[in-house]
Amino acid sequence: MAFDFELPIIELEEKVEELKKYATKNKIDLSKEITFLEKKIDVKRTEIYSNLTPWQQVEIARFIERPTTLEYIDAIFDDFTEFFGDRYYGDDKAIVGGIASFNGQPVTVIGHQRGMSTKENIERNFGMPHPEGYRKALRLMKQAEKFNRPIICFIDTKGAYPGKEAEERGQSEAIAKNLVDMAGLSVPIISIVIGEGGSGGALALGVCDKLYMLENSTYSVISPEGAASILFKDGSLKEIAAESLKITGQDLYDLEIADGLIKEPLGGAHHDKPFVFNETKAIIEQGLKELAKIKKEDLVDARFDKYMKIGDFVE
Amino acid sequence: MVIDLFYKLNRKRTKLDKKGIDTGDKPIMTKCPSCKKMLYTKELEKSVYVCPNCDYHFPVTSQERMKVLFDEGTEIRLFDTITSRNPLDFPNYMSKLEKDKEIADLNEAVRVGHGKIDGVDVVIATMDTRIRMGSMGSAVGEILARAFNYATEKKLPVIVFTASGGARMQEGILSLMQMAKVSVAIERHSNAGLLYIAYMTHPTTGGVSASFASVGDINLAEKGALIGFAGRRVIEETIREKLPDDFQTAEFLLEHGQLDRVVNRKEMRITLSNILKLHCNGVKVDGV
Repeated sequence: MAFDFELPIIELEEKVEELKKYATKNKIDLSKEITFLEKKIDVKRTEIYSNLTPWQQVEIARFIERPTTLEYIDAIFDDFTEFFGDRYYGDDKAIVGGIASFNGQPVTVIGHQRGMSTKENIERNFGMPHPEGYRKALRLMKQAEKFNRPIICFIDTKGAYPGKEAEERGQSEAIAKNLVDMAGLSVPIISIVIGEGGSGGALALGVCDKLYMLENSTYSVISPEGAASILFKDGSLKEIAAESLKITGQDLYDLEIADGLIKEPLGGAHHDKPFVFNETKAIIEQGLKELAKIKKEDLVDARFDKYMKIGDFVE
Repeated sequence: MVIDLFYKLNRKRTKLDKKGIDTGDKPIMTKCPSCKKMLYTKELEKSVYVCPNCDYHFPVTSQERMKVLFDEGTEIRLFDTITSRNPLDFPNYMSKLEKDKEIADLNEAVRVGHGKIDGVDVVIATMDTRIRMGSMGSAVGEILARAFNYATEKKLPVIVFTASGGARMQEGILSLMQMAKVSVAIERHSNAGLLYIAYMTHPTTGGVSASFASVGDINLAEKGALIGFAGRRVIEETIREKLPDDFQTAEFLLEHGQLDRVVNRKEMRITLSNILKLHCNGVKVDGV
């Protein structure tokens, strides 16, 4: 599978393959030509991947092969024990969570979970939670607070599910309650956007002390498609909307919303998952170390100050 | 999408002269769009724009609502100079906002005052849909957060009348973060043992519904108000079925256990006054 913007690379790669086949078949030496083309591929790759447009980053952020929450948990944490259910209605498979060990320290880890295949995506509702997902997350966070465990959240959702039953069961209230209750938790919270951070459905796992983003992840108040159709009255202007909305990791870092960026290999996290897991682990270590310096009783005040500063207005 | 919900309020209630210039005079009669009955404008004002014939709730401005809430002469306006910038240089945002501000005679989509209701001190914030559909950007977030912080400091209850299409998309991620910003202010206010009444009015949707509108100690909603997270069209397209007519109305939410009460606007003041009095006694005996 490839993105449209990768086509020039793929064309070159196909040419190399053809040359190689031709050389073997006719027993002639084409190694010079092949090396030349391979160098050209490298140049092209760097050129394309270093200049990704915001829309191209959206495509990478949504890519089905991009690592998901459970893969991060598996790679970074030990002894993960998953817990299910919100205790009121059901278990939402679009959000996973439980307890684990991070470098020997007990933590609570929660995240949106997309499917890694179409079948699994259907089971997990494409990572779009219902109210019970948010209520499960909050239940696990309160549990973390009781046992004084830091909370690590992975954000990866198009948004909260816009469905009839979601509304009936109080989608708004579930998200809203998470925001207020997370504001008051007395344990450190680190949130990491690993894929798409879609609006309130993402923020419901994102009221935190440290927000980190993968370079090619996005975090936005509305999808570029939605913004294009509402603000520009033309859904096809999604690329312009993606740019105007300022949604990439770098944008959020520049706007001082993200506290740090996690490096990705050229072309996106799916090209080298172990690398990304290592980088992510390192930033969590660093974040927990910094937050450990804040006294427990000052943590909520520090979070309050962090959010009070956000906004751009005149008086 | 939600634009059609707002047009009535944007229409001027005052008369135009033959050249189409606004005279500032209110017409003697107003027609109820629901039962089509001609009503005396003065009488309509007295009933806070509720049709005496069919109970239809006309849209009201933040000024009209605040006027009937506070005891006369007790209101101190707060944070009314705060207004939005254009942090992302979003095309046409400022010109549209300026036009709205002129029509609404407000600097932002929320108006805050500290005053008394039947002698009880209270901070009231009222959102106004005439400014960018009542959407929440940095300025609205700042005003609301300050309103809660002010109330926390002065140990006052807060009432927020919500009316909003959601987050202000033109401010991108900064508008989304205002949901968190207001929430941390609410948490501190709540933690101080103070009362917050969320009063949802037509329409309360998106990011506003999914933050401060839904987390009052008491959640009230105005009769007939549209309240919901996602838009009807989006839901219908997602689930590929037609939604019932009363979907996402205040009455629908009440039925589904999401609200404490649905209130007729004619009883708005007395309802709030009663709730405030019952809480204010609690504060008075505290420490006795």
